[in-house]
Amino acid sequence: MICSNNICVSLSFLADYFREGNSDAEDSELRFATCQSLWKHVKLEAEVSLEDLNKQLFDNLVSFLRRSHSEFQEKTTEWNCQMKSREIPTAALVLGVNVTDHDLTFRSLSEVLQNRVTPYVALLQAKDCPGIKNLMQKLLGQLMNCYVDVDSEEDDYVQTSQNRIRCSMTSLITWYESVTKKTDFETPSKKRTSSRHWQSPPVVVIFKDMESFTTKVLQDFIVISSQHIHELPLVLVFGIATSPMIIHGLLPHSVSSLLCIELFQSLSCKEHLSTIIDKVLLTTQFPLKLSEKVLQVLINIFLYHDFSVQNFIKGFQLCIVEHFYTQPLSVLCCHQEEVKKRINSLSHNQCENIRRLPSFRRYVENQPSEKQIALLTTDGFLKETVQQLLDDLNVYHENYFPVLRCLHVFTSSLPKYPLGKQIRELHCACLENRVWETEEYESFLQLFYAPLFFFFLKTLLELKESRRSKKLTKFEMLRFEVVDYIDSVVRNYLVPADHKTLHEIVYFNTASVLREHLNAAPRVALHTALNNPYCYLKSQALRSDGGSISNKAPDICIVYKLHLECGRLINLVDWLEVRKDASSASSCSHARFIRAVSELELLGFIKPSKQKTDHVARLTWGGC
Amino acid sequence: MLNKYRAVSEQSCVGCQLTFIYVFICNLGVRWARQLRRGAAKALGPAAASRRHGNPGRPRAWLAAEVPPAPFSRRWQEGVGRRGPRVGGDARQSAPRCGPQRWGGSRGGRRVRVRAARERASASPRPPQGRWVARGSQGPGPRGGGGGARAAAAGGGLGAPAMSQAERKGGAALEVKFVPDEAVLRHIADDAGIKVRKDKTPLTVNVKRFVKKLDTLSDDEAQEFLEEKDYVAALGICAQDLMENGSSVGGSEVYSFQTPKRSNKMAELASELAQTPGQSVASDHSECPEKITKTPQSSKHSSSNKVQQKSKKNDFMSTTPYRLRKRLAAPDAYLESESEYSASCSEEEDDEETQKEVITVLSSLKTPAKAKVASTPPSRKKVTKKKDKMSNLVEEYFEAHSTSKVLTSDRTLQKLRKRRLNQQTLHDLLEKSPLAYAAEIEELNQQYESLFSKWMLQLHLGFNIVLYGLGSKHDLLEKFRISMLQDTVHLVVNGYFPSITVRSILNSITEEVLDHIGTFRSPLDQLEFIIKRFKEDSSLELYVLIHNLDSQMLRGERSQQILAQLSSLPSVYLIASIDHINAPLMWDQAKQSLYNWLWYETTTFSPYVEETSYENSLLVQQSGSLALSSLTHVLRSLTLNARGIFRLLAQYQLENKDNPSYPGLSFQDFYQQCREAFLVNSDLTLRAQLTEFRDHKLIRTKRECPLILEEALNATYKLSLLVAIRGWENAEVLQLFFIVFLSAYFYRDNETT
Repeated sequence: MICSNNICVSLSFLADYFREGNSDAEDSELRFATCQSLWKHVKLEAEVSLEDLNKQLFDNLVSFLRRSHSEFQEKTTEWNCQMKSREIPTAALVLGVNVTDHDLTFRSLSEVLQNRVTPYVALLQAKDCPGIKNLMQKLLGQLMNCYVDVDSEEDDYVQTSQNRIRCSMTSLITWYESVTKKTDFETPSKKRTSSRHWQSPPVVVIFKDMESFTTKVLQDFIVISSQHIHELPLVLVFGIATSPMIIHGLLPHSVSSLLCIELFQSLSCKEHLSTIIDKVLLTTQFPLKLSEKVLQVLINIFLYHDFSVQNFIKGFQLCIVEHFYTQPLSVLCCHQEEVKKRINSLSHNQCENIRRLPSFRRYVENQPSEKQIALLTTDGFLKETVQQLLDDLNVYHENYFPVLRCLHVFTSSLPKYPLGKQIRELHCACLENRVWETEEYESFLQLFYAPLFFFFLKTLLELKESRRSKKLTKFEMLRFEVVDYIDSVVRNYLVPADHKTLHEIVYFNTASVLREHLNAAPRVALHTALNNPYCYLKSQALRSDGGSISNKAPDICIVYKLHLECGRLINLVDWLEVRKDASSASSCSHARFIRAVSELELLGFIKPSKQKTDHVARLTWGGC
Repeated sequence: MLNKYRAVSEQSCVGCQLTFIYVFICNLGVRWARQLRRGAAKALGPAAASRRHGNPGRPRAWLAAEVPPAPFSRRWQEGVGRRGPRVGGDARQSAPRCGPQRWGGSRGGRRVRVRAARERASASPRPPQGRWVARGSQGPGPRGGGGGARAAAAGGGLGAPAMSQAERKGGAALEVKFVPDEAVLRHIADDAGIKVRKDKTPLTVNVKRFVKKLDTLSDDEAQEFLEEKDYVAALGICAQDLMENGSSVGGSEVYSFQTPKRSNKMAELASELAQTPGQSVASDHSECPEKITKTPQSSKHSSSNKVQQKSKKNDFMSTTPYRLRKRLAAPDAYLESESEYSASCSEEEDDEETQKEVITVLSSLKTPAKAKVASTPPSRKKVTKKKDKMSNLVEEYFEAHSTSKVLTSDRTLQKLRKRRLNQQTLHDLLEKSPLAYAAEIEELNQQYESLFSKWMLQLHLGFNIVLYGLGSKHDLLEKFRISMLQDTVHLVVNGYFPSITVRSILNSITEEVLDHIGTFRSPLDQLEFIIKRFKEDSSLELYVLIHNLDSQMLRGERSQQILAQLSSLPSVYLIASIDHINAPLMWDQAKQSLYNWLWYETTTFSPYVEETSYENSLLVQQSGSLALSSLTHVLRSLTLNARGIFRLLAQYQLENKDNPSYPGLSFQDFYQQCREAFLVNSDLTLRAQLTEFRDHKLIRTKRECPLILEEALNATYKLSLLVAIRGWENAEVLQLFFIVFLSAYFYRDNETT
């Protein structure tokens, strides 16, 4: 797993950090190693599944690119007249609003293109191209660099040219001609390149964030390059976050008519998320599971904040790290084969840790008394039991996911989706509490009962021969049977995980930690500290009833509280006077007031105002 | 070191939201926004058309309802209203649709509602009051019939609030006013309330039911609200989250608006305390220290009942002492006319509690609608609280910001006996004063210090760490550095330092970490170089500690972009602190994902000693002495020609003071002008001269254009006032300086040194 020596060293000292900060230092090295390998696998799995999702899109794109300049390939005279229309083949790539994920998509796209179509791919970003000059500069730089990557022996030529060449379309064309001529010339000797790319591969220019580009830059570039399209087989790719209509919004007709646009739509980010959840969470492949609350936090961050699958995965990474860092028993959170070995090597302390687990205590209480004593006193017996319980947990998971998927198939076909449209909603519902006790489940069963009529229509027709009343009862019995069966399966296998013994070992459930670190509310924290310092400073002098503040509070709290009572402008003199009355009027209270005021200014609550002498303006609105 | 004048950015509450939205739009391209706007304009079409078909024979009450209070708010109303769907049948159903937007939902809704009512009024021959009221009373009674009859009586009084206000204002012209539904509702309740005050109970119940019904009717809204609650609960900025902190603060609680126009309150409180030494604070002090600083919020609640219980003569009576009112910045005629009432009320002066009530009444005079709220029974208030709060918050904001005049006292620091302290004295005084709650703060710090190795772990796993919370985090980070980063390559950036730039950060990385000698054309090139080097050499590791990532100099978009890109390198570990309340707005989604933050709350309560020592505090004497002395010193040692050069440059720059994008005088032009004035004879001489200026921190060079630093420019003005240099007695220059600097924002101190 670890290849380079260097990384080995860094990992070992990371394990030190892992151990140092921990109160429960048990098995920390093993835990850390497990944590790292788990994360590595999860990451790999996520990457692979995301790539699969994009595969179709990329295939379409590649075939479009191949098609686009086939005329150019054949070098017939035909293309000349064809290209007179001066249309640049353009792919509009609609990727959706999750802009943070686009980077990765484009990176893999350019890889795919370089492997399969052309070595000449340039990625342009709006922030690098404020003007047409910068754009050309970037374009040339990237193209020539990539040329270096293909044939590294030509280093010196490129080095000189890049510095000297003026960034114009002509220089680009000369460069392209020289490059293609060379490959033409070299083709007999270098079969490899010619097999991968054609003789004159297209030049692909990708605009990562098309919407952010200045209209003028885009227009200029398109107009200029359309003039040279017969010399340079250029293909544009527009990365679009909103809708393809934006092209016509950005470019006037005269310019957009120079483009021959084909639309490519990627799967929505929600589908990406579903895939990731499916591949990473709803599987027994990875030992770590997320509790309902944690999953809800991650999904909410996704749905309400960024739609970013990458961030979701990062959130999952944090879960992994936190779980292995805080839970000493997470050492058992590994694959089935290893569990036995690890259980046997558990120390006495770890056994005590197991005994302290709430779910295990519940379990012990339900055992006969002699078994209770054995469990609480004999480590050996405990280990056996734990082994068995973990096996049970594993079996539970192996049944849980298929049953969940089945139930989802049923529910997702019903009107109004009583248990949620997405499997993740169903999963959350099942984790939260006994799903069969919910109202939604009731309505599901009722609804499900109804469409069964259609499912069994065939059976119904077969029973045509028999008498009417008889066949109806038979049919109805069949329906009841099916519903009952499904109900029993659900009750058997979709038990909430926190009813299972030892679930703490494999479930990460401290959602608050996740929320705190990923979705913090700095302003609330600031307000709490200023408004109610007792929350942080546990001093009796600061204890106060709701709304008021002790006058022994830190200066900044009192000054803040006073400023909340003011309107848009605050007179410094009045503020100072009230403040002085609020605290003892000593010689340095003036200085302390000054400090508190400048601290409030630093925090952004006030700013100096020039509307009136010795006034400051409030920058926040309202207050208590 | 020169002091940096701090230009504080305009960031008010709503401003932030705007910024945020703006950032979002930027991401998606401005074009898209424009399209949206176009679409919205289309959607507005039919609504606008329906407005044109108004009924000409409308009663006055509806006329009143049509005219919004201010042109701005009308624009804004429409802006919100058009987001909703077009008005169909019952307007109330559609009204909550535009509700989810946090600001202005209710207002937009109301607009729609009014419009629908009007349409209906034009369609039906019956008088609109009856219709309207019938609609309103849908809840308690059957539609039309008795309910309609009862409400019609109330509806008859619909014009009353607007009318009575106009009368009270004393103006001859009838004032037309926009009457919002809530106000009408309130009025109905109040009106009836006064009538039936002897037997209170039935009406209160009635009102309660009425309001409740209203709530249940708007299913959509309730749904929306529920969803929002779910979301909040799920994300948990709610109670359980702060369990360990012991309190819970929801968003609305943080900046809810409850006491709008009490701008003068502090002055009153202050003078009151100052004027009555007999019952001074000291005596109260020992008994119950909490009472003094008690916020009026708590007292207001208790007092609102009292106000109501008091006899009517107390209402609308200004009992502020005359000396206080005299101090009002802009005493309006309306208040003056009341002055005869105030003279008598001396018995109230010794009762602080009463004084507060009186102030409440006084302020309520200014906002009649508000007074109603304050005097209504608390039971109803609770029911409508949620709705009121939201709409009030928004309305009050625009109300308060629509007028430019602010009522605060005119007292200035100059009239105080105490002189302004200078930086040194201040520092000494603060050194002497003991740190309050040192033990508790120490405890907090220890709690955070236990996280150090976890931070290291997480830094290495690809996260970056940002610290937030009240109190200076300088010492904490310093401790982290000492205990964890001893043998590593690390870079400490004091973001609060007034002349820090991204460039200097990048420079220290390239020069000191990467040992690269040479310059770069732009920070982006430099960044590219750094990224390349770090990618090439995997053994390179760099810890970057930034104190105050949100400081004035680093909060720019470009700086943040560069820092974010830097921090996204796998072998660059960034740990930073932020303090400003709006700091998270610096980052859009793209930057945030580059930074990959893990947030840690580290509330330390330590004073911001280092951080505030550089900014010119409001109350600290601003002498600009450093810049001034360096300037005089340099100028004195300069030749006559060199002074001329500087003057030429200053003059040119002052002329372009108003142009923020002024690029500066190009070197060639400058050289030409200097030649014409016989100041230099070769560009070498000029270059040498400029270098000298630069070395003394008088100018900086931006793209070959010399620019005088602001401090120096400011000090130049002072110099010109002093007429310190003979060569500067040129009247024209003096006048120029005078005009520019009287309007200049950073000069507020009239005391010349």
